Amino acid sequence: MDETDISFFKDGLRLDGRKADQLRPVKIEVGVLARADGSCYIEMGGNKVIAAVYGPREVHPRHLQEATRAIVRYRYNMASFSVEDRKRPGPDRRSQELSKVSREALEPVILTSFFPRSVIDVFVEVLQADAGTRTAGINAASVALADAGIPMKSMISSCAAGKVADTIILDPMKEEDNFGQADLPIAMTPNGDITLLQMDGGLTPDEFQRAVDMAMKGARDIYELQRDALVRKYSQMVEQPGREEVHVCD
Amino acid sequence: MDRKVVVPGDLLSEDAKRSGEGTYVKNGSVYSLLYGLANFRDKINVIPLAGKYVPVPGDNVIGVVKDITFSNWIVDINSPYDGLLHISEFPKRIESEEMSKYLHIGSSIMTRVTDVDPTMKVELTLNDKKLGLIKAGQVIEISHTRVPRLIGKGGSMISMLKKEVNCNIFVGQNGRIWIHGGTEDMDLALKTITLIDREAHTNGLTDRIVDFLKTEKGARS
Repeated sequence: MDETDISFFKDGLRLDGRKADQLRPVKIEVGVLARADGSCYIEMGGNKVIAAVYGPREVHPRHLQEATRAIVRYRYNMASFSVEDRKRPGPDRRSQELSKVSREALEPVILTSFFPRSVIDVFVEVLQADAGTRTAGINAASVALADAGIPMKSMISSCAAGKVADTIILDPMKEEDNFGQADLPIAMTPNGDITLLQMDGGLTPDEFQRAVDMAMKGARDIYELQRDALVRKYSQMVEQPGREEVHVCD
Repeated sequence: MDRKVVVPGDLLSEDAKRSGEGTYVKNGSVYSLLYGLANFRDKINVIPLAGKYVPVPGDNVIGVVKDITFSNWIVDINSPYDGLLHISEFPKRIESEEMSKYLHIGSSIMTRVTDVDPTMKVELTLNDKKLGLIKAGQVIEISHTRVPRLIGKGGSMISMLKKEVNCNIFVGQNGRIWIHGGTEDMDLALKTITLIDREAHTNGLTDRIVDFLKTEKGARS
């Protein structure tokens, strides 16, 4: 945006001190909810997102049920306090779209045929938003699905790339998303099959290719963090068995 | 025994013949389907850490009657799918009107899965000496993923437990377990089973359970 006087780079670094191809700090915690079958809390920079998975369980309302496979329902929701101006609570056009594309990003890896006539419910709640909540939501949902013991062909990792001041950058933050030239979130399996690709803004074919490559690299890094979080949960279970029970008592 | 934590999509082997439970084969290689523990034997099996029970014919399960229809009892078997117990599968010949006299809503039963069709209609039976209505004792619930550990290799753990705590125990594959015995014996059985549930994924569990039972019994006498 030429008309704004925002400068996105200072001494070759971004406003928050990152390099162009650097992710924001990520923190992943598995099994944070006692009621859910699987759950995950993720922080990606300023994004704070919690995902809960229920199921496979009986489908209500009945008419949605399918005879040969499980259906997947994904609900993306933003808390009213997640953004600076209060967000009007409840589903809106944007959250419905995000729910649909996120569900379609995860469905290809879930073995729905194992559980005919049932539903797998995924709830994603955004507690704090800072650009890239759909990618954070998908990352959290994928870990929560694994935690719930749902059979999947692989994990799904998601990351965005963008363009500001004619430079391709990884994982845009709020300022870069709001005043930048393009935003390109992707979701993919660790071996590079893309299950979600959206674009907002404009990129030349060459820039597009570079942005996709950069986002894929970011997603691979996130996959390692997702994997670590799951392995860590297991080793905690071995070291201090019964920790879960203590959680319930709290 | 070679065991490792795996997540869905992890490469387990390049030999497609070693694909076991909880794995799938793509391009001749074996990958994990689940988040859990991979057991590397002849076959590679992945044992999940969580998940819902899916009924399989031949499984013994413990269910609770939740509804009665014209000729079926509808039984909650701790699964996404309900069990159907047909009137003809009751050991005695009874009339449709009398169904609730024998098993009413809320009755707990030890039952067996006879058939599961592709639409997941689950049929149950009570036609066996071991099966029937639960009249005494207590039922506890653990994750069904821990049941194989509770039973042990070839039933080693469960037969040891039955002998040591002097209780009747019926293990349902759906994670529900019926215990019947003296008050103190039942308490000990309950404690032991919770311990197995909690430490199911650790090595050398049977030995630790034997030690645990020994000290608990020593404290009692």
